[in-house]
Amino acid sequence: MTAMRRLLPGRLLPAYAFLYVVFLYLPVIFLPIFSINTAATPKFPLSGFTLKWYHDLPRTPALLDATWNSLVVGVSASILSTVLGILAARSITRYRYPGRRAINGLIMAPLVLPEIIVAISLLLVILQLGLSLSLFTVVLGHVLVCVPYSMTVLTAGFEGFDRSLEEASADLGESAFGTFRRVTLPMVAPAIISSLLVCFTISLDEFLIAFFLTGTEATLPIYIWGQLRFAAKLPGVLALGTLLLVASFLLMTIAEILRRRAARRTQNEGGLHA
Amino acid sequence: MTAAAEGSPAFGMTRARRNALLQSEPVQGLALISPTLVYALILLVLPILAVIAHSFWTKNYLTVDHTFTLENYRLALTEPIYRDLLWRSLYISLTVSFFTVVLAYPIAYFISFHGGRHKSLWLFLITIPFWTSYLLRVMSWKVILGYNGVLNSGLMGLGIIDEPSTALLYNSTAVIITLTHAWAAFAILPIFVSLEKIDRTLVEAATDLGDGPVRSFLRVTLPLSAPGIISAALIVMIPTVGDYVTPKLVGGKDGVMIANAIQAQFGKASNWPLGAALSVTTMLVVTLIAGATVLIIRAAQRLAR
Repeated sequence: MTAMRRLLPGRLLPAYAFLYVVFLYLPVIFLPIFSINTAATPKFPLSGFTLKWYHDLPRTPALLDATWNSLVVGVSASILSTVLGILAARSITRYRYPGRRAINGLIMAPLVLPEIIVAISLLLVILQLGLSLSLFTVVLGHVLVCVPYSMTVLTAGFEGFDRSLEEASADLGESAFGTFRRVTLPMVAPAIISSLLVCFTISLDEFLIAFFLTGTEATLPIYIWGQLRFAAKLPGVLALGTLLLVASFLLMTIAEILRRRAARRTQNEGGLHA
Repeated sequence: MTAAAEGSPAFGMTRARRNALLQSEPVQGLALISPTLVYALILLVLPILAVIAHSFWTKNYLTVDHTFTLENYRLALTEPIYRDLLWRSLYISLTVSFFTVVLAYPIAYFISFHGGRHKSLWLFLITIPFWTSYLLRVMSWKVILGYNGVLNSGLMGLGIIDEPSTALLYNSTAVIITLTHAWAAFAILPIFVSLEKIDRTLVEAATDLGDGPVRSFLRVTLPLSAPGIISAALIVMIPTVGDYVTPKLVGGKDGVMIANAIQAQFGKASNWPLGAALSVTTMLVVTLIAGATVLIIRAAQRLAR
């Protein structure tokens, strides 16, 4: 019995954890594997190594357009959502007022709504207002789904923040804006950059809202969606997908490192002044 | 400064009061959050209200007839195709949330109770695949389960099967597997958070009072982590009910879900009122099921104690 007690969590759980991580990563790993395989269909055994699928990518004008569109949308959406996120996160962590929880819930709601509902309701209103669908309408939709993530990253960054530092700054004669710029901003900068990266990644990868709200211009996921109909195009799509995976991975790793640095910074400062 | 304002006798007094009001916490807080709030009101609340309004109207050739009617809802609830799609979507999303929660719980438990110094590294490791494009993750399952895919060619290579199986792709099982994989990280985080909040002395107390590890887990840890289980289940169930990409890519005919029908009404069929009614029905039904799930888990939590 005691042996089993030790064995159960001690051995089984790590083994399970390992298998689970394999389950999470395995499907994703097949994309890069088959993107460097010579065969046009993704099957075993692998037929040989090639980089030709990557070689063809920069020679596809439609793909270059889609990349540019994705960058424009991603940069606009991440800046706009982070600005809205900063205002909201600051308000939620710094002030107490009636309706605070309800407002927070409303802003976070896109996180738990089916995406199709968000997409079609925006589509309906945009068309009713007589606006034409464009990359701008895609940005509007992406901001809506990015703000909750931005809020999560930023509230975590703002929460550990020691308010006495701001009070000290105000007592020493700084204006509210001066305090924000010289005390608050440097402390929360890592969280802000982290939010920008997270929002950019979400926008870069987001398909459904862009699919409904774009006019004729495609973003990268929409381009991929269009290519999926052609079996012969699959290796190219796999190569492109691999590049997107690597980009998301790098961006999120940087965001995570920054987030941790932010957490450490606010904690340390808080600890010193407590 | 306008003449009207200066002419008002109470102005001198109210200015002081107004300043005090402007500096008060509620006003400053609300002012600060107002841009984000207004954004959400205009681009989320207003559009959803517009969808609800549309669901009570009818399509009249190219225009929309604004007379109130429940006809769309009658269609959405009684027309066999929509009823079946709704049921299938619910069945798929419930199955997926069940599996994601059951598979995620041990891993969240492992990280929280045995993660040691590497807790945040584990969490990072587990959330990273989730940050890759959803479309790409679904696509990779298509690559795995396809007729000429990884699994078929792998099994044939190992001599387990003689010819490729068509049973893997284009059915609701493929949709369930894909969604379970896609939403895994979403289930782990809330469970992890609620496990972290558990006071470890309670578990020790249970052990000291003679409960074995299984009993103390069932009577202390599991019930106390119920809030995490609830949010994990909801966070998976609600979005997956309206999933569009997965059924479209790996579902085939047998795996079509309600979102595909909604999309058709806003696209080709161009019957916005019906599409709106389907959307509202889906939201209402999933809210009901979500509420029922919360009640069931809470009841189980009470029974366990």
